[in-house]
Amino acid sequence: MSVEARLREAAERFSTVKALGRDPSALSFERMISPVEGVLEGREVLLFGTNNYLGTTMETACIDAAIEATREYGVGTTGSRIANGTYGGHRALEQRIADFYGRRSAIVFSTGYLANLGTICGLAGKDDQILIDADSHASIYDACRMSGSEIIRFRHNNAADLERKLKRLEGRPGLKLVVVEGIYSMLGDTAPLDEIAEVKRKAGPEVCLVVDEAHSLGVLGATGRGQAEAQGVEADCDVIVGTFSKSLGTIGGFCVSDIPGFDTLRALSRPYMFTASGSPGNVAAAMAAIDRLEAEPAIRKRLWENTRRLYGGLSGIGLTLGPEPSPVIGLVCPDPSTAVMLWNDLIDRGLYTNIALPPATPNGLALLRVSVSSAHTPEHIDRALAIFCEAAAAFGLGGDLGLSVGAPPATAARGPAELPELASDAAMR
Amino acid sequence: MTDNSAETRVLAMLAERLGRHDLTPESSITADAGLDSVSVMDFVLELEDEFDTTIPLDQLSNVRTVSELGAVISRLRGPVLEAAPRSGLNGQSS
Repeated sequence: MSVEARLREAAERFSTVKALGRDPSALSFERMISPVEGVLEGREVLLFGTNNYLGTTMETACIDAAIEATREYGVGTTGSRIANGTYGGHRALEQRIADFYGRRSAIVFSTGYLANLGTICGLAGKDDQILIDADSHASIYDACRMSGSEIIRFRHNNAADLERKLKRLEGRPGLKLVVVEGIYSMLGDTAPLDEIAEVKRKAGPEVCLVVDEAHSLGVLGATGRGQAEAQGVEADCDVIVGTFSKSLGTIGGFCVSDIPGFDTLRALSRPYMFTASGSPGNVAAAMAAIDRLEAEPAIRKRLWENTRRLYGGLSGIGLTLGPEPSPVIGLVCPDPSTAVMLWNDLIDRGLYTNIALPPATPNGLALLRVSVSSAHTPEHIDRALAIFCEAAAAFGLGGDLGLSVGAPPATAARGPAELPELASDAAMR
Repeated sequence: MTDNSAETRVLAMLAERLGRHDLTPESSITADAGLDSVSVMDFVLELEDEFDTTIPLDQLSNVRTVSELGAVISRLRGPVLEAAPRSGLNGQSS
């Protein structure tokens, strides 16, 4: 097969989506008015499809810090963390994150994707076993493949299934890494970390629990450390992974741990070693964002007020939603075509959301992913709800159709591990 | 002799899941049965419960057909366990 034919084949997979309107992967915002308003196709749109949970992207202190660091150190480092790419800012940020989590070690990566890749495949190797939640993010699946470890998938948010699978591994040599997320990014459901931590505790010291708090950092927990803090099980979570590109508004990623000698991971982690380090501007912005997160808990309170307002409003319209109020709300559509048309229609009406289609979604659901920010005003949310209401009526969704708040998905995956034979027809990864 | 009871049960489960009766042990799970990559992995979760075993994803990389999937399960479970099915799905002569 020629490269051209390969690309044509791939493009054809998306042709049905494009035929119904816009190409979701080709949209570009011409201007950002605020963290929650942008200009698209020459028109102002309300943004309800970002990860800007705390509205940090346009925060003055973060912008100023980035500008100052950029002027002082330049726009980039031109090197990896182990070569010439570690500046004082990277070190200071690591200390800041370690202090924030109250842990001994923190390691900063260039992106959140690389933080999962670098942490998981740095810790686990070919003689180890990694047990992952079925709904894990693509970065976790990719990390597993890169590690060469045995990959075991347990049912989404099902601690009993994890326990069964850990039991079957009893007596097997090698590290057992359990990887879960705090908030799952498509339906917004949270992990039962208390139950998972209990299973981990019972399974013994060979089991290492890694929690990706990408979507829960700054969102959950008394001080915003995430779901582990919210459920009071931080001591059982051996490694926490996180990202700067959601609630912290910039780009980069990290992991933290209390495991003695954890810093050696730097020498085991190819995604840490073989990519350029985060730019000084990004690093400084992340530092300022953590300062803000810590100093202003009221932002998190506002986020949750907004979340309840939007989730309650969408429920009131009678739309089928993810299982719990969360800054990520999965709006379940009856089929992919309806999802694509509704997504297009909402943009036409001035509202931007994310579209998520199978097989990249849990349980093969066709979703609109709707996200909330602390930067939304009550008026923004009410306007969005009015738009949703009009669109739902136009598509015959909600209301008397009897659609109700969705039950938690039983099984699914967003980022399937590539199985060369069995997965040859996968349209999206 | 290779015990093919796992293969028979996989085929029965797949047929039941898809409501199809035209599949054979040589059917491709993706091309013929039409499962996408995620559906395959979800089907594997069902098989794990059915056979009370763990099927690591990395062991599926060379699997294409129902028969090959059955062979992986047989290998993972070992010959002794094959005699003790957990469900009433057919494929067992004893």
